Amino acid sequence: MAFFLETLIGGLMAGMLYSLVAIGFVLIFKASGVFNFAQGAMVLFAALAMARFSEWVPGWTGVSSPLFANSVAFVLAGIMMFVVAWLIERLVLRHLVNQEGATLLMATLGIAYLLEGIGQGIFGNDIYKIDVGMPKEPVFVLQNVFEGGILINKEDFIAALIAALLVGALTLFFQKTATGRALRAVADDHQAAQSIGIPLNRIWVIVWCVAGVTALVAGIIWGSKLGVQFSLATVAMRALPVVILGGLTSVPGAIVGGLIIGVGEKLSEVFLGPYVGGGIEIWFAYMLALVFLMFRPQGLFGEKIIDRV
Amino acid sequence: MIYRENGQFKTSYAADQQIFPIVQDRWAMLLLLVVAFVGVPLLSSEYLFRAIFIPFLILSLAAIGVNLLVGYCGQITLGAGAFMAVGAYAAYNFSIRIDGMPLLGALLLGGLSAAAMGIVFGAPSLRVRGLYLAMATLAAQFFWDWAFLRIKWFTNDAPSGSVSISHLQVMGWPIESPVEKYLFCLTLLAVFALAAKNLTRSSIGRQWMAIRDMDVAAEVIGIRPMFAKLSAFAVSSFYVGVAGALWGFVHLSSWEPAAFSVDRSFQLLFMVIIGGMGSIMGSFFGAAFIVVLPIFLNQMLPWLGELVGLSISTAAVSHAEFMIFGALIVFFLIVEPHGIARLWSTGKEKLRLWPFPH
Repeated sequence: MAFFLETLIGGLMAGMLYSLVAIGFVLIFKASGVFNFAQGAMVLFAALAMARFSEWVPGWTGVSSPLFANSVAFVLAGIMMFVVAWLIERLVLRHLVNQEGATLLMATLGIAYLLEGIGQGIFGNDIYKIDVGMPKEPVFVLQNVFEGGILINKEDFIAALIAALLVGALTLFFQKTATGRALRAVADDHQAAQSIGIPLNRIWVIVWCVAGVTALVAGIIWGSKLGVQFSLATVAMRALPVVILGGLTSVPGAIVGGLIIGVGEKLSEVFLGPYVGGGIEIWFAYMLALVFLMFRPQGLFGEKIIDRV
Repeated sequence: MIYRENGQFKTSYAADQQIFPIVQDRWAMLLLLVVAFVGVPLLSSEYLFRAIFIPFLILSLAAIGVNLLVGYCGQITLGAGAFMAVGAYAAYNFSIRIDGMPLLGALLLGGLSAAAMGIVFGAPSLRVRGLYLAMATLAAQFFWDWAFLRIKWFTNDAPSGSVSISHLQVMGWPIESPVEKYLFCLTLLAVFALAAKNLTRSSIGRQWMAIRDMDVAAEVIGIRPMFAKLSAFAVSSFYVGVAGALWGFVHLSSWEPAAFSVDRSFQLLFMVIIGGMGSIMGSFFGAAFIVVLPIFLNQMLPWLGELVGLSISTAAVSHAEFMIFGALIVFFLIVEPHGIARLWSTGKEKLRLWPFPH
C-alpha cells in the first residue's frame, strides 16, 4: 500500500511537470489555432539561455552571488523568449494567417529546427546544469501510518508547487486583467474579436510571450532535474498525450490530463512494465490518451465539435 | 509557342481520360523515363547512387503513400515512420522464416502487413479527426518504436533490434551493385506511382477527396466514411510499408528501429507538404527537396566558410544545417503554401501562353 501510494504521488508530481509543458501548447492553440510543435524547442532554448547566462553573469558583473546570477539570468532569458515570440509572430505567423492546420503545423516544426539550431549555435551543445537551489534530498512522510513511511522527492514537490503557482497566476491573468479578457475573446472568435477592435497581432505576440515564459519555467524545472541538453526538446513529445487527453483548448484540461498521464505512466511502468520488458511509459501515455479520445473525441475538457454541412 | 494543345483533338473517351492529355507532356514523360532508366545508370557515380538517387526513389515511394492519406483523404498522420518500420521488419521476418521466400514476395508481404496495421491504427479516424488524429497516429509510432526494440521475436533475438539482410536477388538476378539497386527501386517506383495516379483518378480516389473536403457532406451523398477512410489508411500504409522494406533491404541492408523514428515521420510529412498535398508529382518534388537539401548544405557550408576565410567546425555546420533547414521550410511555406506542385502547374500555365501573355 505504501509502495502504491509512493508511486501514485510520484506520478502526480511528474504529471504536474508534464502539465507545465502542456499549458504552453494549449495557450497558443487557444489563441491562434496553431498547434505549436516548437514548444519543446522553446523549452530547450529557454533552458539553455538560463543555464548559460547564469554561468556567464558572474564573469560579466563580478558579483558571485548565485541568487543574483540566477535572477539576472532569468530576466535575460525572459527577454530572449520575448524577442523569440515577437520574431515568430512578425516573420512567420503574420504571413500564414488563414492557412490550413497542417501547413501551420509544419511551419512550427520548421521553427523548432530553427530554434534548436540557433540555441545550440549560441549557447553550445554540451550538457549544462541549472542550479537554482532546489533541494535534492528525499524526505519520508507519514512514517507513523506506514512502516518506513513514504518517500517523496523534495525537488519534485517544489516543482509541482511552482507549476501550481504558475497555473494560478495564469488563471488570474486570464480572468481578471483586460489583456486576459482580450486573449479569451480572440480564442473564442478571431473575427468577432477583431471587429470590436482587439489587435490580433499584438495578442498573438502576447500569447507567444506567455507561452515562452511557461517554457522558461518548464525549462528551468526540467533542466535542474535532468540537466540541460538536446533531449530536453523531446519533453514536448511526452507532453503531447497530456494535451490531447485534456483537450486542446482547455487549461484546466492540461492540468487534469497531466495528472492522469503522470499517474498512468508511473503505475503502468511499475506494475505492468516488468511483464512486457519495460520502457512502456512513452507509448502507454499515448494509448491512454487514445482510449479517452475514443469516448470523447474532443478530449476531456475540449470544446464540443459540431459539424454542419 | 512550343507547349500548347492547339490542334490536338480528342476523338475517343480513352483519349479524353488519359493521364497526359497533351502530346508534349507525353514526350517529356517518355524522355524522363529514358533518362532515368538509361541515362542516369550510364553517367552517375557510385556516391550519387548511394547518397542521393536510391534514398530519393525510396522516399518518393513513401511520400506517395503519405500523400494518398494526407493529401487525398485529408487524414493527417505522424506515424508514417512506424509503418515503414512495420514493412521493413515484417519483410525481414517473412524472408528469414520462410525458406526460399523471393525478394519481391517479402517486400509485398511486408507492405501487406503494414496495410493491416494501417487499418488497425487508422480505426480511431472514424471517431477523431484533425490534430487529435495526428496525435493518435503518434501512438502507433511510439508503440512500434518500442515493440521492435523490446520484443525479441520480431528481430529474431537480435540485440537492440538491429537486423541485417544480404544476397538480394530477383529471379536469379542479383541486386548487389548500386546500379542494380537503383534500377530495381526505379522499376518498383514507376509501377507503384502509375498505380497511385490511376487510383486517385478512379472512384475510390474521388471518394477519398470527398471525405477530405468535407466528411459529413460526403456521408450525406452516400459515401461510406468507414470504407473510404480505412481504405485510404490501408493503401497508404501499403505504399509506406513497401518503401520501408526497400529502405531496410536495399538502401541500408542492416538497420535498427532508430532508422524509422518519429523524425522519419516528420520528414515524410514535410515532403508531402512542401511537394504539394494531393499531387503525385508533388511527392517526387518534396522527396527530392528533402533528400538533396541536407547533403547540399553539408557540402556547401564548409566551402562557403573557407571562401570568407572562416573554418567552420563540424558542430557549427550541423547547427547551421538545422537553422537553414528550418528557415527554408518556413520560408517555403510562406511563399508557396500549396507546395512545389503548385509552382509547377503555374509554370505550365505561363508556358502555354508564352511568349504572348494574353
